[in-house]
Amino acid sequence: MSEMDSKFAELHQIIEAHKDWPGALMPVLQAAQEIFGCVSEDVQKVIAEGLGVTLSEVYGVATFYAQFSLQPKGEYVISVCLGTACYVKGSQAVLDKLSEVLDTPVGSTTPDGKFTLQATRCLGACGLAPVMTINGDVYGRLTPDQVPAIIEKYRTPA
Amino acid sequence: MDIYRAHVLVCGGTGCSSSGSATLIDRFNEKLAENNLDKEVKVIRTGCFGLCEAGPVVIVYPDGTFYSHVKPDDVDEIVTEHLLKGRKVEHLVYVDHSTHEQDAEKSLDEINFYKHQHRIALRNCGVIDPENIDEYLAMDGYKALEKALTTMTREEVIDEILKSGLRGRGGGGFPTGLKWKFTYQSQADQKYVACNADEGDPGAFMDRSILEGDPHAIIEAMAIAGYAIGASQGYIYVRAEYPIAVKRLSIAIDQAREYGLLGKNIFETGFDFDLNIRLGAGAFVCGEETALMHSIEGKRGEPTARPPFPAVKGLFEKPTMLNNVETYANVAQIILHGADWFASMGTEKSKGTKVFALGGKINNTGLVEIPMGTPLRTIIYDIGGGCPNGKKFKAVQTGGPSGGCLPESLLDTPVDYDNLIAAGSMMGSGGMIVMDEDNCMVDIARFYLDFIVDESCGKCAPCRIGTKRMKEILDRIVEGKGEEGDIEKLEELAQTIKSTALCGLGQTAPNPVLSTLKFFRDEYEAHIKEKRCPAHHCKSLLQYKIDPEKCRGCTACARVCPAEAITGTVKQPHVIDVKKCLKCGSCMEKCRFGAISRE
Repeated sequence: MSEMDSKFAELHQIIEAHKDWPGALMPVLQAAQEIFGCVSEDVQKVIAEGLGVTLSEVYGVATFYAQFSLQPKGEYVISVCLGTACYVKGSQAVLDKLSEVLDTPVGSTTPDGKFTLQATRCLGACGLAPVMTINGDVYGRLTPDQVPAIIEKYRTPA
Repeated sequence: MDIYRAHVLVCGGTGCSSSGSATLIDRFNEKLAENNLDKEVKVIRTGCFGLCEAGPVVIVYPDGTFYSHVKPDDVDEIVTEHLLKGRKVEHLVYVDHSTHEQDAEKSLDEINFYKHQHRIALRNCGVIDPENIDEYLAMDGYKALEKALTTMTREEVIDEILKSGLRGRGGGGFPTGLKWKFTYQSQADQKYVACNADEGDPGAFMDRSILEGDPHAIIEAMAIAGYAIGASQGYIYVRAEYPIAVKRLSIAIDQAREYGLLGKNIFETGFDFDLNIRLGAGAFVCGEETALMHSIEGKRGEPTARPPFPAVKGLFEKPTMLNNVETYANVAQIILHGADWFASMGTEKSKGTKVFALGGKINNTGLVEIPMGTPLRTIIYDIGGGCPNGKKFKAVQTGGPSGGCLPESLLDTPVDYDNLIAAGSMMGSGGMIVMDEDNCMVDIARFYLDFIVDESCGKCAPCRIGTKRMKEILDRIVEGKGEEGDIEKLEELAQTIKSTALCGLGQTAPNPVLSTLKFFRDEYEAHIKEKRCPAHHCKSLLQYKIDPEKCRGCTACARVCPAEAITGTVKQPHVIDVKKCLKCGSCMEKCRFGAISRE
């Protein structure tokens, strides 16, 4: 079985398990996002058929919530907190610097598929403001001049 | 149960976890074992202590020594000195920002940050291991549920909550008891209890801390609510961005089921109740009650017009009672200690305490729980320690994107629901962001509008289109392209949106603009009329200058300038060509003689 086939097999299992739940669409989409890294049209079709809802309903929900993405994300997802506490302590400047260093606009993925740069809402680590996360690693009390060195670490794997 | 001579409490909240508290726990266990102390000293990962600024935080009991900013390398010293030899590690003891005092003998309650607090909702946070139901039980856990189920009628429970004066802690401040009563009065074959843990207000994290630090308190309160209104099923809607909270809540639900505190025939009274967790997916509007319920139903989280209110027709079309996390966190205590006890705290119309998340330009960032009616000044200066680096306080923002910014002149306002609304802001979920002289209030208003434009669900035109137009005007103003009449346009749009938007998100969206216009109108006018940002924040309005007296002609600035806007000969004062200048600030960072200034 190819990697894609086994992912779809996993999705079918999830659909089976949730089928009779009230409001199953959200948990199934969340699981699909986990498995595939995004919810592409193919995935949405399988979910619609499996749960017996229309594709437009699935698409409607998938595009409503920020957590679901229709395109795959980069190897490293950089999320800069733009919550109020981080913003007043200068997280916008950190975000601008990242955009400059990665040479990619906020909300996009670099052409080599390595980095996705996004602004995120409050991460709740306000004591460490300004904060960003790279695939779950937390960087706190950031200043723009720390950015190039941090990115370099991920560009050249140890 | 094993008895230990000392306990090491390590904060496992999101803030301290982000700064490496998990490594500390491993290191403590390792070092204790090395010194054969693992049978004498127990390490516990607790929920949030509240003083996030000092993280990672470690408290050693029975002494109650409060260590702050602990690094993995410090663990050795704490183990070998404090735990082995009984000598406190003085240099790691917390330093009080406001007094610069470092006193190893001071207990937690005597530290300024904690001294003014009164913890009800946060009572167990940072005290117990949230993943162990026995610790919750030892703190009178589930006693309120037992009391309600075995000695009180459903009406008596509702009455107690009504009499206590508890109001919704999620922002609106609706009397909780009334909500319970209305749902109780609805007739239906099935009713639901729901918990709003979709804490979307940026800069507020009390709900997360309660879920992480004391998840059983929410489960117990929801079961009590279920009994009171006649529901056998509850849903907790949690933000997906809170993985630690979701994990601890799941563990707690499993443990409660195992102990028979959830499930069938609880306390042998014939009362059945169970809970499910549903995850949010990153939509701020889902904090609105009708939107939240649609999201649990697996639909787009769009609000619908009320009435019908959820108490009549809510989740899956059934009567539903929705409360916020912090509201629930008070319930068991009210049942245990009585309505009079709770109502003895606070102001005339706002009873009890409120948790605030202090953040932004303040020394002691963290969570504080204070009696209603405490003046803002006490919170910001006595507890929060004021603004860092000797900067001047400018404003405090409460209520998140639905609230407003209050100036220095209103700092003596006693904090409660009604006073904050009268002052032009609101309680909201309890975010409290402090801003200093370097923050531009026009830019802050623009920041909130940006948030709203992004998070508007798009269902109604006033919110979808109106907030976007407001943001465009604000964008123009901060870029120095503001025109005469912009302020009036903003005010007109704001009033229209307030009176015509469908849900609470839209109706309150203009508040940050209105409150900054009310208290900081001069900043708007400076941007528009003089093309000047008084806080020196808005990039487009800045001008960089070189002071010829101070410039030594080292050429460092000219070399770093990406626009080649700086010219001059070596050892002669340089000049900046304002037309070419990109206002990036690189030259100012580079100058070693402080010759470059911006205004």
